[in-house]
Amino acid sequence: MSSIEFRKELFANERPEGLNEIGRPTIRQDILGHVTGRSPFYDDHLFDGLLHMRCVRSPHHHARIRSIDFSEAARLDGVIRIVEPKDVPQNLNTLLSLINFGKEDEPLLTPSKVGYRGEPVLAVIADSERQARAAVDAVRIEWEVLPHVLDVEEALAPDAPVVNEVYPGNTFEYYDKYDHQKLRFGDVEQAFATADRIVEGRYRMSPIEQAPMETCGAIAVPETNDRIACYTSTQALFFSLGTTAKLLDMSSARLHFVGGTVGGGFGGKVDSIVEPMSVLGALLTGAPVKFMWDREEEMQVGAPRGAELWDIKDGLDSRGRIVARSFTGYFDSGAYTRLSSYAVVKATGHLPGPYSIPNVASNVYCVFTNRTPATAMRGFGITGVDFAIECQMDRCARAAGLNPIEFRILNAYRDGDMKAHRRKAKNTALIECCQVVADKSRWLIGSQSRSQSSLRGGGGERAEIPATAIDEVGRIGDRRRREVPTAPFAAGDRKQLPAGTQRGEETPAAPPQNPDMLGHLQSESTAAADPLPTTQSMPRLQPPADRQVDRQPARIPTRDPKAPASGTDAGQAPTRQPPTRRPPVRRTSVSRHISGFRRR
Amino acid sequence: MALRRGRGFACVNYPIGMNLGGDPSQALVHATPDGKFMVTLSSIDLGQGMKSVTRQIAAETLGVPVSDVYVDTADSDTGPHCMGSFASRGTHRVGNAVIRAATEARTQLLEAAAEELEVDAADLEPDGEGGIQVRGAPQRSISVADAAIAAQFKQGRTLSGRGIFLVPPSEVDPETGEMSPVTCFAHAAMAVDVEVDDETGEVRVVEINSAYEVGRALNPKLVEQQLIGGAWMGLSHALYETTEPYYPEREHLPLDFNSYLMPGPGNIAPHNIAILERPAEDAPFGGKGPGEMCANPVLPAVANAVFDAVGVRCDELPITPEKILRGLRSANGS
Repeated sequence: MSSIEFRKELFANERPEGLNEIGRPTIRQDILGHVTGRSPFYDDHLFDGLLHMRCVRSPHHHARIRSIDFSEAARLDGVIRIVEPKDVPQNLNTLLSLINFGKEDEPLLTPSKVGYRGEPVLAVIADSERQARAAVDAVRIEWEVLPHVLDVEEALAPDAPVVNEVYPGNTFEYYDKYDHQKLRFGDVEQAFATADRIVEGRYRMSPIEQAPMETCGAIAVPETNDRIACYTSTQALFFSLGTTAKLLDMSSARLHFVGGTVGGGFGGKVDSIVEPMSVLGALLTGAPVKFMWDREEEMQVGAPRGAELWDIKDGLDSRGRIVARSFTGYFDSGAYTRLSSYAVVKATGHLPGPYSIPNVASNVYCVFTNRTPATAMRGFGITGVDFAIECQMDRCARAAGLNPIEFRILNAYRDGDMKAHRRKAKNTALIECCQVVADKSRWLIGSQSRSQSSLRGGGGERAEIPATAIDEVGRIGDRRRREVPTAPFAAGDRKQLPAGTQRGEETPAAPPQNPDMLGHLQSESTAAADPLPTTQSMPRLQPPADRQVDRQPARIPTRDPKAPASGTDAGQAPTRQPPTRRPPVRRTSVSRHISGFRRR
Repeated sequence: MALRRGRGFACVNYPIGMNLGGDPSQALVHATPDGKFMVTLSSIDLGQGMKSVTRQIAAETLGVPVSDVYVDTADSDTGPHCMGSFASRGTHRVGNAVIRAATEARTQLLEAAAEELEVDAADLEPDGEGGIQVRGAPQRSISVADAAIAAQFKQGRTLSGRGIFLVPPSEVDPETGEMSPVTCFAHAAMAVDVEVDDETGEVRVVEINSAYEVGRALNPKLVEQQLIGGAWMGLSHALYETTEPYYPEREHLPLDFNSYLMPGPGNIAPHNIAILERPAEDAPFGGKGPGEMCANPVLPAVANAVFDAVGVRCDELPITPEKILRGLRSANGS
């Protein structure tokens, strides 16, 4: 049987105890409803005259629509309305436009050319689901089948079919400059040249379905006050509301979204397709409309966790330290961006894994292919590359002749180490996790490995930012003109960035807007027992240079003279500190649909 | 032909919250007339326990019992904005917003009580059981209910609070990838023991031993549930699941749970978990979200264990019997 233990002795001095409710196994507020089957999911909301909406979908990976004939479908019993692309007021969107990242590249209903099998081109609204299905079958479409590309590397060839005309190079475009995301830290080429041994591997993860028990769906209901209520399975209520308002070009004030109890999400309920579809149906018919994927649609049309392909090259020294690590990564985004562009950046920030490696480089591509668009799933941007990194670590340990746990501990990152994305590691605990697992699994490790700690041995030389080799290979459009190597530095072009180059700083949380929102726990008894203010619940405004020195300012915050005195204990009330160390953020534009800042 | 044993190891860290920030969440807290507290959110409880965790955080911050707090969420007409339930951000972002909102409400509560007791609010503390007392003099006290009634009907004071938590958006350097991805990381390590049938290519996971560092286990039962379930999902990813079994070819596509493979009850392996807690400085009571990372170490640990057992590197997921047998055959030269 399984077991669970709490290793309270580890990091005990960083963790004040004596809390009342935190740390208790309180049962869920909604558990009775769940275990008696009475919690209302979106599909439990019942409405008289509910209509059912289903999509006509492409049978081809890549094809142009020559003609559509839905006259027979429209005449069938129970068919209320055929919904065409022209019925969608703003029929082009990209999900991350809500944070102004990327170009509009995906219609809700596709008017002319489809980029994947299953892409919706038309919708039918009928009295019953059966009638909607019959009408979908009765639509006649003449297709002109186009050459398609399904492999990420083939999609980068100069003569590859263009999957999505918005991105003619078949890649997402980063910072208006490159067709991939770069990471450069130190000089991998130089380190490989002097390494004791080189270990290489290629790793691939196929697409994976989020597989919620409850498929994606929504019911939209016109209300008498000219608003639409939408009962939805979304994982992100306002994200879906904002996307709906945008696609349907309507005021968000007319939308009332109700969600909450969801039959499993795992990332597959962020894409906000079922909500605008059902709301559009309700607007066009004036009746309640349900748009719900069946299991087949959930499996093959609903966006999965996308496939990833990773090439990793490591250089090891004679003691088994990794001295250089280079990645070439490909995220298979399918025919549209959805969220894969974000995953590429997130994965890049995660490299080279939880290890201190002095030379790291990566090129990561968000590639468009003629398959179902990929989207978020539990561990988004991380799961696939962790698989690659940890299989590679096993290869390296064997190549170095070391126990795999000792090899990890030898290379593990520690507090104060500089990471490849040029921020210092803090609050690390990898070594302790390795040691505990060695104990639990009776996997013997030596006393040297057993004595290591995340708290010691980091920083110093390991905190320095090395001179870094950079390059400008892979500019947008280059790959259409000629073959361009995908791996870092494979094209030879190199420049040097001086040691210590750092353009930004740690971005801490915005401080509480009012003094009375700042945690009382910082001045209370639980904190007094705590030697480290870093464990308190509220964000610290400045990263500590040294914990002991930092302790006092965290307890007795300075007063901002411009802030109004608040109530009786204004002298003690912690107030907002001037954000002097906040790195500059370029706020070039704000979406009018749900606020957000441009991410460049 | 034999059953061959092997063991594999993997360890990971995991970023908490949306990469590069820019993902706010808000919370509202208000007292009912007799001193119960309502937390209003628009965040989604996917089953991960969002409502439970935010309820405990609110109760802890307010200093009242958890039974006196109710979380109302996921209605866009009443709940203030939340970016959504993804990226392991719920506990961290929403939890912090709830702390701020509850702190403001608590300040009002203590001031209402102070007026009734004719003491300084700074000298008061909630006892966590529905009372408010003078620090060091518990005989001078008032119930939360009486303080709330006085605030509402006598003093004309709201006991409410607003909270937002935002890690401001930041940028990436196009040339070096320099960035501030997130403010804290969770950690995990894992050893997996497998048994591989070298005749059928079948893999049986015999035992999993793991350590997960989660900052602080705000609700140990919810953490346990996440880790057990998440590791099961990782095992499923490692050995069974894909929507495209012959990726990148789009053939033999599963359309339902008859053909989309997942482990059944008989495939569940014993999983011995150790929880480590190193609180993160800006996390609510130090707690990092364990939801996403729990699956991640399983995939490589299983792959490494299969290699240890039969000497076949399965570098392409999922690790199907077909891939193992093909690997064994090519190793044997047949």
